[in-house]
Amino acid sequence: MTRRFLSLAAAAMLIAAACQAQATPTVGPTATPTAPPAATPTAPPATATPEPTPAGPTPIASIGAGEGELNIIIWPGYAEEGLNEPAYDWIHPFETETGCQVTTKEAATSDEMVQLLRQGGGTVYDGLSASGDASNRLIEGGDLAAVDPSIFPDFNDIWPPLQSPAHNTVDGVHYGVSHGWGANLLMWNTDVVTTAPDSWSVVFDANSPYKGKVTAYDSPIYIADAALYLSFARPDLGITDPYELTQAQLDASVEILKDQKTVVGKYWSYYGDQITDFENGDSVLGTTWPYQVTVLKGEEVPIEAGLPREGATGWADSWMMSANAKHPNCMLMWMAWMITPETQQQVAEYFGEAPANIKACDLIETSPGPWGYQGFCADQHASDPDYAARIKFWKTPSTDCGDARGKTCTDYSVWTQKWAEIKG
Amino acid sequence: MSAATSAGPGGTLTGLRRGVASALHRRPRLQLGLLLTPPLAWLGVIYLGSLAVLFLSAFWRLDPDTTQIVQEPSLVNFETLANTEVYRVIALRTIGIAAAVTITDAALAFPLAYYMARVASPRVRNLLFIAVLMPLWSSYLVRVYSWRIILSEEGPLNWLLGLVGLSGPGFGEISIWLVFSYIWLPYMILPVYAGLERIPASLLEASGDLGAHGLTTLRRVVVPLAFPAIVAGSIFTFSLTLGDYITPQLVSSTQFIGNVVYSNVGVAGNLPFAAAFATVPVMVMAVYLIGARRLGAFEAL
Repeated sequence: MTRRFLSLAAAAMLIAAACQAQATPTVGPTATPTAPPAATPTAPPATATPEPTPAGPTPIASIGAGEGELNIIIWPGYAEEGLNEPAYDWIHPFETETGCQVTTKEAATSDEMVQLLRQGGGTVYDGLSASGDASNRLIEGGDLAAVDPSIFPDFNDIWPPLQSPAHNTVDGVHYGVSHGWGANLLMWNTDVVTTAPDSWSVVFDANSPYKGKVTAYDSPIYIADAALYLSFARPDLGITDPYELTQAQLDASVEILKDQKTVVGKYWSYYGDQITDFENGDSVLGTTWPYQVTVLKGEEVPIEAGLPREGATGWADSWMMSANAKHPNCMLMWMAWMITPETQQQVAEYFGEAPANIKACDLIETSPGPWGYQGFCADQHASDPDYAARIKFWKTPSTDCGDARGKTCTDYSVWTQKWAEIKG
Repeated sequence: MSAATSAGPGGTLTGLRRGVASALHRRPRLQLGLLLTPPLAWLGVIYLGSLAVLFLSAFWRLDPDTTQIVQEPSLVNFETLANTEVYRVIALRTIGIAAAVTITDAALAFPLAYYMARVASPRVRNLLFIAVLMPLWSSYLVRVYSWRIILSEEGPLNWLLGLVGLSGPGFGEISIWLVFSYIWLPYMILPVYAGLERIPASLLEASGDLGAHGLTTLRRVVVPLAFPAIVAGSIFTFSLTLGDYITPQLVSSTQFIGNVVYSNVGVAGNLPFAAAFATVPVMVMAVYLIGARRLGAFEAL
């Protein structure tokens, strides 16, 4: 008898182990698609010089015959085959058209992406949907192939500020094409927060009337949100870039985040959790992505969202090819495919971000998909340079301040330890 | 003809097989060795090997300028751990909640296991077994998410408590304790049941014959005999709570050791620091297992 129950117990352990193994990937990733920071120093992308004399690598200038296969590293939601919503499928049509069979590998962080791409000397995966911090690290490491963007028929329809942004174009050499972008907005429940807030100060107020119902993004990169706010609220600190913080600037940001912690009810790291929290009233005020706004409005939850007067943090991602890709032509075809207006419409609607190719907006206006609607692009400010200029796109902090201050800034591992301190 | 050609190699093969078989038969130790090598190699290389790498990398450090890992022994990670108050708080919180969960589960599991082992009819016992094991058939995540709904602001718990003018615990340490106690309960019930079932009925009868009340028998006979089984169950509840990071993230805003490890492995890429903090629960479990062994828990497994 005993023996039987021991085996039962053993079986139970196995089941639990299996469940946990299965649990990890679903929840673990702190952030879905956006987790990744992206670097486009705010306003300048527009001015990024188009084509000086390309130095170094010779850009690939033509697309040959496909190799029949393609292996790519993606952020969740960036390459769909209609599993979640049959209408959103841009893998199968690509396979039919090009004969390249697509295999995707989801990554949860920019670090994971960098490691995956470098596997086997860059031969395992053909390319990735990189965010700013990953892309510049890869470009510096010589891991990416330089590409002449004129081989992509739709390149000229990409919103000019995203044609040669600093996160995928270095010294005039293109290493990728832009995918889409978005801002981390301030969202509030209109039943509870009756006057529309126009400043991030409401989420950093230690005496907030919404104590216990304020929410914040659970990642060290959220320190940049505090720094961005301080760059307006405390000009004496001299914060010029929320990702390039000296120790004193970081400490000041950490200080207001510790105050904020006293009014935060729940931090969110997975967008689905934040949707639930707003649905059932656990959160009424805090930072969010456009995606959650779309979903919650669709469910007629009384919420509103906006870009506060300080601006906001945000992300911008690019498709890039490995320098040693085994299936370069399929990868180039994929990059071309990803910036067609049709694919861009699907991407933008599915993920709730601004498309890089503005022509997608015309398609959304005339024939919106199940998750799209007329006015979607206006809501996403898809071609509004003033709006984009107010967004500080995510990039990974490093010791190098990137300006006259030299190597006096705090890097991401310091931010991570500070974040642990903030959460306590 | 064809039979003859195939008989040749077949015959040699059979002969070889026989030779090996009889050689093994004569050397039982070799036989045992061959049988045990694959699982032991698995355990040694995959488990102990990774543990060794974990310990080793805890002494490396991250160079913030290059974001490369410097493979020179240094104590810098352990210094950070010891000198930063928040990590002590997090470690103590993790261990404290793991202990609270273990005690709660022991208190909840004992009566149920006793009923199943000693009182219930075989039919009821089987039904109870299904009831205990059933939650394990659903995903861990599903169960944690259900608790999120139960504990939420407008969830059933607040509604129920609202009827008597109270409100629920919200999302904090108490919610973590509640959810862990629920999730790991079956792992306590099963070993305790097995322990109670092993106690010979004659001992209980003898206790009664000698004039002991039911409670006295429970206190002086049943609990001492079942104690190793409770300790065995506590190994599960304690270690599983100690290592978890998903539940704290989903039902609270506080952190466990696992959450800190996880965030350091992420974009920060500070594996050495993550490894250093990960050695804390390993040490705690080592001490716990040594204690459990003294209490005879391994015989009860």
